Amino acid sequence: MTATRDRIEATLRKRYRRERLFRFFGLVSLGISFLFLLILLFTIFRTGLPAFQQTWIKIDVDLDPAVLGVDRHASQDELFGANYAKAIKVSLRKIFPDAKGRKKKRGLKNLVSNSAPWQLRDAVMKHPDLIGTTHAFWFLAKDEVDVFMKGRIDRNLPESDRRLKDFQLAWIDKLLAEGRLEKRFNTTLFTAGDSREPEQAGVAGAIMGSFFTMLVTLLLSFPIGVAAAAYLEEFAPQNNRWVDFIEVNINNLAAVPSIIFGLLGLAVFINFFGVPRSTPLVGGLVLTLMTLPTIIIASRAAIKSVPPSIKQAAIGLGASPVQTLFHHTLPLAMPGILTGTIIGMAQALGETAPLLMIGMVAFVVDIPHGILDPATVMPVQVYLWSDSPERAFVERTSAAIIILLGFLVVMNSAAILLRRRFERKW
Amino acid sequence: MTDVLPTMPGLPTGETVVDDTPPMTETREEFDVEIKGTVGAPFVDDPKMSARHSNVFYGEKQAIFDVSLDIGRNEIIAMIGPSGCGKSTFLRTLNRMNDTIPICRVEGEHCLDGEDIYAPDQDPVLLRARVGMVFQKPNPFPKSIYDNVAYGPRLHGLARTRAELDEIVEKSLVRAGLFNEVKDDLHKPGTGLSGGQQQRLCIARAIAVDPEVILMDEPTSALDPIATATIEELMDELKSRYTIAVVTHSMQQAARVSQRTAYFHMGKLVEVNPTNQVFTTPQHQLTENYITGRFG
Ligand SMILES: Nc1ncnc2c1ncn2[C@@H]1O[C@H](COP(=O)(O)OP(=O)(O)OP(=O)(O)O)[C@@H](O)[C@H]1O
Ligand SMILES: [Mg+2]
Repeated sequence: MTATRDRIEATLRKRYRRERLFRFFGLVSLGISFLFLLILLFTIFRTGLPAFQQTWIKIDVDLDPAVLGVDRHASQDELFGANYAKAIKVSLRKIFPDAKGRKKKRGLKNLVSNSAPWQLRDAVMKHPDLIGTTHAFWFLAKDEVDVFMKGRIDRNLPESDRRLKDFQLAWIDKLLAEGRLEKRFNTTLFTAGDSREPEQAGVAGAIMGSFFTMLVTLLLSFPIGVAAAAYLEEFAPQNNRWVDFIEVNINNLAAVPSIIFGLLGLAVFINFFGVPRSTPLVGGLVLTLMTLPTIIIASRAAIKSVPPSIKQAAIGLGASPVQTLFHHTLPLAMPGILTGTIIGMAQALGETAPLLMIGMVAFVVDIPHGILDPATVMPVQVYLWSDSPERAFVERTSAAIIILLGFLVVMNSAAILLRRRFERKW
Repeated sequence: MTDVLPTMPGLPTGETVVDDTPPMTETREEFDVEIKGTVGAPFVDDPKMSARHSNVFYGEKQAIFDVSLDIGRNEIIAMIGPSGCGKSTFLRTLNRMNDTIPICRVEGEHCLDGEDIYAPDQDPVLLRARVGMVFQKPNPFPKSIYDNVAYGPRLHGLARTRAELDEIVEKSLVRAGLFNEVKDDLHKPGTGLSGGQQQRLCIARAIAVDPEVILMDEPTSALDPIATATIEELMDELKSRYTIAVVTHSMQQAARVSQRTAYFHMGKLVEVNPTNQVFTTPQHQLTENYITGRFG
């Protein structure tokens, strides 16, 4: 008796040691993954947060009819064609009378964004009375000024290594002293489409592109996926060779690299069916192919987990199989189906590779207004910006990532909310 | 309960014993009993439902062997027998619930009011509205009590107005003996009731479509004695309007509620007789073995 006891005690100690070790490893791996997540978030937010601010420059613009070439009684057409760039140039020279010589003149022009003339034009066309007066306008600063203002250009570097020359730094100091430089919340980032000029670039085009692409994906993949899952689970003949074949292939599709779907979409949708390239429509079609297996697999699992007794009760009352499906099986499976759908949609939202194949990587300035307008999507925008040489695009890349992550968080919260809502029906 | 069945050399699986007029086989050896056919009185005049030469297969395996049985109008017939003997299978042939099992195949003639329920022009949906079913485990829908009972009538369009539906729901709950307990909670979940209440809810749900026959598969096996007694009383009241076939493992229950009792054994119908006769003077050795607790 005691011998057995001793033996068990000996093994017990070993067992406990193993358990402690196992827990320790678990904690360590949890810690490591958490650390990496923190590092990732920290670097992204550190680089990206400044992009949510943008420097503006105040210039007192002398709206001299002689410089503009129009007077205040001009028609809208004439106002549209007036020489606003010159008015800005002249006004800048007034602030910096020392700007002589070609180099310095160009340096002067590089203080404000080249969108300034359009900004001025819009203001003047709205209020033609301004012509003939001098009025203070806030203009977007050029990206280099903005980057400097955010402390990302070291003025102690040798001049040749800097984008801003010594005389420009002096000007900026002067503007600062006069209160002509101001950092404001960067609304452009949210309202503008893509642009070659960082200070004019925004993610609105990509967000709308992603929105339309996701819309197409959701509207196609959700009904098709759920219908396929319901058919396979509830109606397909069991132990049928074709059904088995289809099942195996659906599972395999889930593992196919996404770029293959892009090639398929290019060959089938664009080249064969003639769907216009670069559009959310074709993007949504391709992402539907990619998302379907995820939705089907999750939906089947959810449908399978509905208690058979509920289905039997319905059938026993005289419900047809389709009524049983719609009245009982699908509502009860809905939380699981929605989770699968949102996971699939989140994957699709972050997908870049297949979209590159179907031309959604194009540089699109206009914000798309429908599923047939050329568009890019958020992750492709991240890719495009990360590839741009301008220093100011670095922070914008991270800002776009932050926005993308924000959307993913919103989607996942929506999934949780939806699940709760459907689960509350006991 | 253990199913230690006696070996029966005279009972090769797959071979059916066809015998319409059941002979009075009186084999009295303890564990060597041959089932030659059904003894007793399986047939009645003007039956509500009837089965003739019913054979049921699950794939290759046969579960019911040549069963012929009538169910009389407004009677309660009890089906007893050892576990796995095919009681549930036979019950499910009567409202074609077996159709939902893909590997299941049914042969023979099954009639409701003289009409073949497996005829090609018979609609299983209509049939199941006429022949309702109550299951072993209470299975209310995860909906409110009201919606549970109203589901069938809504499905078949039995109520034209909300008031009519309210009336059907109330009437069914009253008949199932549940109304007084739940009348203030009609919109609470049916799954929140106790087991016995849930089973009565399922009965209310079944009678809400006003079926002609109610099939009950061990309706009280998940319930305590008090809930069981309530349901048994209920069955007794229901029999004035409905025909009831009940599968049960409780011989006391069969004795208390039924007028006729059918004893199944390994897929065969061994004996059918008036209940008091089955429990006092069983005609077949196997029946006697079973009711005296020698096996099963
Ligand atoms: N869905 C099914 N698939 C295959 N075989 C089945 C199925 N249902 C029942 N069977 C088989 O048919 C035979 C009869 O089963 P059935 O459920 O009718 O027995 P039962 O008399 O109701 O038993 P119990 O008293 O345990 O409920 C059993 O041998 C069982 O294995
Ligand atoms: Mg059973």
